[in-house]
Amino acid sequence: MSRTARAFAAGFFLLLCALSAWAQVAVPELSRQVTDLTATLDAAQVAALEGKLAAFEAQQGSQIAVLIVPTTQPEDIAQFGIRVAEQWKIGREKIDDGVLLIVAKDDRTLRLEVGYGLEGAIPDAIAKRVIAETITPYFKAGDFYGGIDAGVQQLMRLIEGEPLPPPAESGSNGDDGALVMLIVGGMVAGWLLSLVMGRPAAGGVAALGSGAVGAMLLGFTPLLLFIAVFVFAGVAGGGRHGGGWTSGGGGGFGGGFGGGGASGSW
Amino acid sequence: MFKWRNTFQWLIATFMALALSGCGYNTLQSTDEDIKATWAEVLNQYQRRADLVPNLVNVVKGYAAHEQEVFISVTEARARVGAIQATPELINDEVAFQKFIAAQGELTGAISRLLLVAENYPQLKADGLFRDLQAQLEGTENRITVARNRYIAAVKTYNVTVRSFPSNLTAMLFGYKTKPSFTVENEAAIAVPPKVDFGAPAPAVGN
Repeated sequence: MSRTARAFAAGFFLLLCALSAWAQVAVPELSRQVTDLTATLDAAQVAALEGKLAAFEAQQGSQIAVLIVPTTQPEDIAQFGIRVAEQWKIGREKIDDGVLLIVAKDDRTLRLEVGYGLEGAIPDAIAKRVIAETITPYFKAGDFYGGIDAGVQQLMRLIEGEPLPPPAESGSNGDDGALVMLIVGGMVAGWLLSLVMGRPAAGGVAALGSGAVGAMLLGFTPLLLFIAVFVFAGVAGGGRHGGGWTSGGGGGFGGGFGGGGASGSW
Repeated sequence: MFKWRNTFQWLIATFMALALSGCGYNTLQSTDEDIKATWAEVLNQYQRRADLVPNLVNVVKGYAAHEQEVFISVTEARARVGAIQATPELINDEVAFQKFIAAQGELTGAISRLLLVAENYPQLKADGLFRDLQAQLEGTENRITVARNRYIAAVKTYNVTVRSFPSNLTAMLFGYKTKPSFTVENEAAIAVPPKVDFGAPAPAVGN
């Protein structure tokens, strides 16, 4: 219930955002690790960066994404940054190990958004140093690829020092919630069955025989409806979160951000 | 064999549960919890800022010991913030809530004056510790903004539930009241144009 409510609250919030500010820069769709809306980087540079980031994700599990926009006006880059972070949800769910590097080229500002789980590895002061000492010297010289590459490399080194859970093997995670709901739903259905029928054995079999299958064997249409409802609830409960790229392997999306990180300008 | 009465009871119970959730009872519960959680994060970040202030004051003092006035105002503002019991129950008391927000707003102003003074001391600005503290403070201010926005969003959902039909009946029945939210902090200050005073002596530039 709280999940639905939270989703509802988030949806409401987004709707409000959408209604209250037409002029805001729209958050682009997340489809790959490096999103360049200014055509600053050429295809080879983007491919090189993406290769590094994908390899890092496969090895470490943490996700780093780069976004280059022309401007974030009228918003502050920090406001824009948290909006992007909330929409993209990079980083693994519950581990919250995503980092977002946003460059607003015409504003000459940049920002690192650091997920909750990496605030220890990349505290604000360190994020500020990565920006001020690693990235902006390149940017001042007009070398955007060099700055982003150097910054990303340093972020990777910082994250490597953090004991994080290993990356998930692809395909193994996901529908646990649905399975649990299925079993619980089946057990409840079996319990209701035994109540209605006054036949404890039948209910017991249904409950123990992991729900749906057992209950269906007894074949009562109203109960099937019940089971269908529970199964539906289970499937709906195991929904997905955020966007994502397909090449990412086993890493999930759903990382949380709380405004950690730093901003800078050049 | 087939216990009609039993079945009937269960059906009634299910129906009532569904009806209650249809009237927004569950929404009230979950949004109330959301508010508590987001408020806790707001308090947490304000506390973090209050913890940073003494360090910042000490570093600035090392380079600008004679700027007594600004140190005093920051220290006083921080003391006032500390004097208010920042409990989760604050959100149920509109007056205390506004007092808390006002005190935090004063501290925001005092910190920005302190940082403005720091601008005049190039050696201080070059100090690594000062820069780290400044980055932490900036990050904390940003976290406060994010936490406040999330609190505002949570309160909005909750207040809408409390005030709209038919969930307002449920709210009335169980004693749920609307909760206060943040507004623009210094409305009056924003409305007044900034005062420029050329008469005052310029602050001494660091040696």
